[in-house]
Amino acid sequence: MAENKNLISGATGDWEIVLGLEVHAQVASKAKLFSGAATEFGAEPNSQVSLVDAAMPGMLPVINWFCVEQAVRTGLGLKAQINNYSVFDRKNYFYPDLPQGYQISQFQQPIVGEGAIEIDLADGAVKEIGIERLHLEQDAGKSLHDQHPNMSFVDLNRSGVALMEIVSNPDMRSAAEAQAYVKKLRAILRYLGTCDGNMEQGSLRADVNVSVRKPGDELGTRCEIKNVNSIRFIGQAIEYEARRQVDLIEDGGTVEQQTRLFDPKTGETRAMRSKEEAHDYRYFPDPDLLPLEFSQEFVDEIAKDLPELPDEKKARFINDYGLTPYDAGVLVGEAENAAFFESAAEGQDAKAVANMVIGSVFAGLNKADLDIADSPVSAAQVGQLVGLIADDTVSGRSAKEVFELMFEDGPDQGKNPAVIIEEKGLKQVTDTGAIEAAVDEVIDANPDKVAQAKERPKMAGWFVGQVMQATGGKANPQAVNKLVMLKLGLE
Amino acid sequence: MSVDENMVRRIANLARIGVTDGELPALAKELSAIIGFVEQLSELDTDGVKPLTSAVEDRIRGREDIVTDGGYAEDVLANAPEKDDEYFAVPKVVE
Amino acid sequence: MTDLTQLNLADARDGLAKKQFSAVELTQAHIDRVSASSALNAYVLETPEKALAMAAESDAKIAAGEARPLEGLPIGVKDLFCTKGVRTTACSNILGDFTPPYESTVTQNLWNDGAVMLGKLNNDEFAMGSSNETSRFGPVVNPWKAGDTALVPGGSSGGSSAAVAARLGIAATATDTGGSIRQPAAFTGTVGLKPTYGRCSRWGIVAFASSFDQAGPITHTVRDAAMMLSSMASFDKRDTTSVERDVPNYEAALTGDIKGLRVGIPQEYRVDNMPAEIEKLWQQGIEWLKAAGAEIVDVSLPHTKYALPAYYIIAPAEASSNLARYDGVRYGARQQGTDIDDMYAQTRAAGFGDEVKRRVMIGTYALSAGYYDAYYVKALQVRRLIAEDFTKAYEKCDVLLTPTTPSAAFEIGKNVEDPLEMYLNDVFTVTVNLAGLPGISVPAGLDGDGLPLGLQLIGQAFGEETLLRTAGVLEQAAGFDAQPQDWWSA
Ligand SMILES: [Mg+2]
Ligand SMILES: [Zn+2]
Repeated sequence: MAENKNLISGATGDWEIVLGLEVHAQVASKAKLFSGAATEFGAEPNSQVSLVDAAMPGMLPVINWFCVEQAVRTGLGLKAQINNYSVFDRKNYFYPDLPQGYQISQFQQPIVGEGAIEIDLADGAVKEIGIERLHLEQDAGKSLHDQHPNMSFVDLNRSGVALMEIVSNPDMRSAAEAQAYVKKLRAILRYLGTCDGNMEQGSLRADVNVSVRKPGDELGTRCEIKNVNSIRFIGQAIEYEARRQVDLIEDGGTVEQQTRLFDPKTGETRAMRSKEEAHDYRYFPDPDLLPLEFSQEFVDEIAKDLPELPDEKKARFINDYGLTPYDAGVLVGEAENAAFFESAAEGQDAKAVANMVIGSVFAGLNKADLDIADSPVSAAQVGQLVGLIADDTVSGRSAKEVFELMFEDGPDQGKNPAVIIEEKGLKQVTDTGAIEAAVDEVIDANPDKVAQAKERPKMAGWFVGQVMQATGGKANPQAVNKLVMLKLGLE
Repeated sequence: MSVDENMVRRIANLARIGVTDGELPALAKELSAIIGFVEQLSELDTDGVKPLTSAVEDRIRGREDIVTDGGYAEDVLANAPEKDDEYFAVPKVVE
Repeated sequence: MTDLTQLNLADARDGLAKKQFSAVELTQAHIDRVSASSALNAYVLETPEKALAMAAESDAKIAAGEARPLEGLPIGVKDLFCTKGVRTTACSNILGDFTPPYESTVTQNLWNDGAVMLGKLNNDEFAMGSSNETSRFGPVVNPWKAGDTALVPGGSSGGSSAAVAARLGIAATATDTGGSIRQPAAFTGTVGLKPTYGRCSRWGIVAFASSFDQAGPITHTVRDAAMMLSSMASFDKRDTTSVERDVPNYEAALTGDIKGLRVGIPQEYRVDNMPAEIEKLWQQGIEWLKAAGAEIVDVSLPHTKYALPAYYIIAPAEASSNLARYDGVRYGARQQGTDIDDMYAQTRAAGFGDEVKRRVMIGTYALSAGYYDAYYVKALQVRRLIAEDFTKAYEKCDVLLTPTTPSAAFEIGKNVEDPLEMYLNDVFTVTVNLAGLPGISVPAGLDGDGLPLGLQLIGQAFGEETLLRTAGVLEQAAGFDAQPQDWWSA
């Protein structure tokens, strides 16, 4: 194993952070895992609750087969072992938003076994994070604790929503690695379409297990930070928690295994105040549900229409389009971005397209707070614009202006770049005569600079700039450059 | 194995059944008697026997992913001991 | 007019068809009898208005020539079945006045076939008991008496067995987790049929132990049981442990012909200190079936002895989890507490009776860390051995004949202090639940105190037709027609 460069320093030396994540990903299903109630976000309280979800007496679960398919699909996407025989267990505990008094989950025999995810590290290296398992389980309802001075309120709309719990091995060694892991996992889920990955709405949330140790030591006692729901918070929570543990140990204390909560307002974690009795969930096979069995054909059928996943796409972008690993990595982060790029790159210089997508398009969307689906500039228009630069119709500098005009126009205006260039007179001047005149003009007006340029040839750039300015950026820069060098006698 | 009072307290807590200290001795005795009775199973050699969880030999059946249920918050809340608008209400939970 | 409450289900059906009386008359006769029966405490809720409305609808159907299989036949419903708009409590305080906005599949099947609901019947709290003494509504009194002694009607379906025996309903629904249909039937001189696990939907029946619970009828005759089962049984998509199989016309199976049928006699059921009368009755049953042309074969069910201990681990384990939903949050009777956990503890302390608490705690213990393998897994392994015993026995025979219970009905209060003694009531019935098989208790005679005794037939999985046919022959041979003296009518 490579040396860990992410040590944190304490008074007694360096410490290593060890991180494992349990990600809860909501299956993108219309109905719940064991009932026919809807899963849509933001409904009126208790309006998406069936008698099963409310655990009325005598109610029984019936599994949503679509959710089983999505778990298998995700397992395949994680290159994991698919278990054709798995078992639903009951995890017993009391909580007001857990109507049955147990969560139907999978304990000893999950539907998906070991797999792996590769993450890109900052230094360009790739690291494999092991997946221990993926299992299907029910979500709980929602308790609201801040609506009333001495009551909590319970909304069961989420009760019974299908979750995939994806458990990693404790393979991560820094907040950045954990963040990269979640981003990558999220991308895979979204490529597969098995989870929408919406962290704000709670469709994806992570329990982060944090421990610290001296490099080479045994694993330390871990604390589990529950339900962290943004990638930024994951980073903050880990940084805070690791530091807390190091300080605690160095002050002569010991880390207690406990469940903690992250408070985004303070950036701190704190122990849950509910009685931390020794958990004894009394798992046992749910007698209302027969074992979950399916054939290998069922798995093969799902495998057949698995989409290209981020790693494969990235490799293809590097090989087929000649992109840098960095650019390829950025573009495949979201399937929609990759598709936009590929559509724009059709028949164009792919590297130039990648630059424009990563530069102008992403920057513009970011600033306007828009999704790529709502981009005011279409992929086709990006492709056209790159084409117009390539055939010298417009200079790179003018192209920026064209892009901004298209962006401001919005999608409804839909003016193609060629039209805008025409209307705004941004066509690049390639007529040597006109350029020559402009060059002469600048040279004549600046005899002192001409003298300097003969001493220091780099000064030529200044002349090029002046000419470009004088032509309003429309002159072909290569042509200007060539003439300037010629006229200054530098060539 | 006999069940002592501490064990009764532990189980009662797990099961969320309030028991007073006064009830503990009798409960310990009763539960011990039952545990003593069921412990005769230990005399049987069951090595390699697969546990039988259900008498049904069918395969599990599933549903399609269609919304067919819900939309009756009133029914869901109709029997609630305490509610507030559309919510069930419980003594405050401190996390 | 003859006393309409003396009719059995089949005769009442025929009488209605011949317009000898109306469904409203038939129902009214039962309502009157029920309302005078409070000394038995069989009903925990009477629904006379509902019954009369349903009966009137039945009369209209009959008049229109559209009578359904159970048209206009008034029955009682064990309080374990959720009934839409009608309070359902499982006879536990914890459910308070819970009124389900839904109807159990089994009862819905009955109403769809024209049956009329007289009300909800008493049972042991959450069906946990063998004497109907653990009900929140107090014990049911067996209509049968030994001298002046008040006896239990068996349990947990004691309200059902007492109601049928006392003719407070022509038939009743019941449930059987460890013997709760067959044992009370044996104690009251009625027929009790526990179908194969998966034959009737469990949807809408308050769960006790999910992998054992099965609904079935308590009736006067085997034919009535066949009629009831034909309606109660169904494949239900809402219960994935219900089995996708057509429901035969069980009545048609009652051919009376068992020539060549192989009847197994399990040696291990000859338990120590079995009363001589029961031993004798069992032998009598063997003779009856032999005389009817059956072949008697000795079979062995070697793990029988371990059935009861295995059951008393698995059933409480499942129950401890099934009853976790009774937490005072969404329905039922809540007790105030200082915080949420205290609310749970107070609610469940006040809401559950002693026997339920005992079983929930035993189940919690058996599933808890450190004990799971030694108790729960071990019991499931034994369960398989017991199921395999039956599989092997059925290589040699078609049905099994055993006594239903080790004794006749006992005195109220006799076993209350000793749960283990009470559990022994299930010794002959519980194996059937572990293996998921169908079983039926047929009244076969009276003991020296004039109390009814039952014989049990055990069938193969989904072998209800053979089971009922054999039971019909046994019933015919026994010719049991004794009835309890009516001491209770007010
Ligand atoms: Mg977890
Ligand atoms: Zn989970």
